[in-house]
Amino acid sequence: MTTISMQVNGKAVSGNVEGRTLLVGFLRDHLGLTGTHVGCDTSQCGACVVHVDGLAVKACTMFAAEAEGAEVTTIEGMAEPGAPLGPIQQAFQDHHGLQCGFCTPGMVMSAAALLREVPRPSEAQVRDYLEGNLCRCTGYHNIVRAILAAAETRGPQGEAQA
Amino acid sequence: MYDVEITRPLTLEAALRLLEEAPDGQVLAGGQTLIPTLKQRLAAPELLVSLGRIEDLRGVSHQPGMLVIGAATTHATVARDAAEAYPALAALAGGIGDPAVRNRGTIGGSLANNDPAACYPAAVLASGATIVTSAREIAAEEFFDGLFTTALDEGEIITAVRVPVPRAAAYLKFAQPASRFALAGVFVAVFDAGVRVAVTGAGDDGVFRWEEAEAALDRRFDPEALAPLALDEDAIMGDIHAGPAYRAHLVKLLTRRAVDELLRNAAPGALRG
Ligand SMILES: Cc1cc2nc3c(=O)[nH]c(=O)nc-3n(C[C@H](O)[C@H](O)[C@H](O)COP(=O)(O)OP(=O)(O)OC[C@H]3O[C@@H](n4cnc5c(N)ncnc54)[C@H](O)[C@@H]3O)c2cc1C
Ligand code: FES
Ligand code: FES
Repeated sequence: MTTISMQVNGKAVSGNVEGRTLLVGFLRDHLGLTGTHVGCDTSQCGACVVHVDGLAVKACTMFAAEAEGAEVTTIEGMAEPGAPLGPIQQAFQDHHGLQCGFCTPGMVMSAAALLREVPRPSEAQVRDYLEGNLCRCTGYHNIVRAILAAAETRGPQGEAQA
Repeated sequence: MYDVEITRPLTLEAALRLLEEAPDGQVLAGGQTLIPTLKQRLAAPELLVSLGRIEDLRGVSHQPGMLVIGAATTHATVARDAAEAYPALAALAGGIGDPAVRNRGTIGGSLANNDPAACYPAAVLASGATIVTSAREIAAEEFFDGLFTTALDEGEIITAVRVPVPRAAAYLKFAQPASRFALAGVFVAVFDAGVRVAVTGAGDDGVFRWEEAEAALDRRFDPEALAPLALDEDAIMGDIHAGPAYRAHLVKLLTRRAVDELLRNAAPGALRG
């Protein structure tokens, strides 16, 4: 067991983990942040996407120990509890970008990473960026629509709180 | 996954020492291949030596006619930092997997793994690159040694890749729709000394140079020059996704398209000796 520390959604956290503990396991089992989902065992579905030092990564394909000292943002960090949803989350609701919702945390985190890189993406850029996020329900059209709409509402700089 | 100890040294020397002391140790780079493998219990190292904190192994540096890419440089960084100097290589890196995979996966990990369907081996072989390790320098031709096998010794770490920049190049991949790996991928590079064509995803023995195509394109750089050629299907792999005949067809088609794309897009003069 080793002790690791990092910032998660702006808060300093630490915990005792095994070497094999994945970042997603640390978030869910140690910190109780169960918004980050696990949808596969093969690093393909993207339900587990979080940001580590500002970059989208699959939390199921990174050891918790590798996030030592990092700043991690999860879906729980996208809006304060009880506060209005962030613009991307709101757009998913407005445009029916989810059905069962299992893929949604990963979709929202990927979308936030995309909009930070490309504030006004084309539809093709949105679809391309979602390559690693699978959805078994929606058929993707409304997810793409939601992300394009969120890009509109976030203003030209797009740097606003995702 | 079996439990494993993870260590994160700050220098290459420390990493080498740790590997020497732990016979069952293994290098951890981006983990984008290794972690799925460990989850399936297909490997059970005692110790993982992470390259994540070794600054010297990261980054793309530009030298005359050459890029030097640190082994732990992510696909996303290569896609961004090689875009001007070597657009075909940057495009290849930017087409690996998906954004999250590209933010962690590294060129050194991809080369050390030598998956027969991986993208980088085609670029490295077509560019005549040199793989620099903790012990020596290995020419791409000598490095790849069949499926998932390389010339690397136990405890040897790739530190960088030196990639000569061709006058023009193109990589075309026919992606396996589920994994996004290459069902077949062809990298065509035009150097002063001639054309080089490397094929991934299709060889029974991993990545290979298609020398007949190189000779034909040296004589006449035109898709039609490839028309009479046929790959030996006995040396082409087949699996549930595609049989050898289909893959051989794809390789030829992708090579033609790569040549066609170069003729349309390359800078004037880049394709003539
Ligand atoms: C969903 C998904 C899609 C993908 N799609 C593609 C694709 O389209 N094309 C493609 O080419 N690849 C693809 N990959 C694989 C990806 O490119 C990996 O990043 C790469 O194969 C391994 O690099 P890594 O840095 O993650 O290495 P790791 O997984 O950390 O290591 C892989 C192996 O290399 C060894 N190793 C790592 N670095 C070194 C070094 N410097 N010296 C010596 N040995 C070393 C490790 O010990 C291990 O055996 C995909 C992966 C995933 C999960
Ligand atoms: S859980 Fe499927 S990619 Fe991470
Ligand atoms: S909404 Fe059900 S998986 Fe996407």
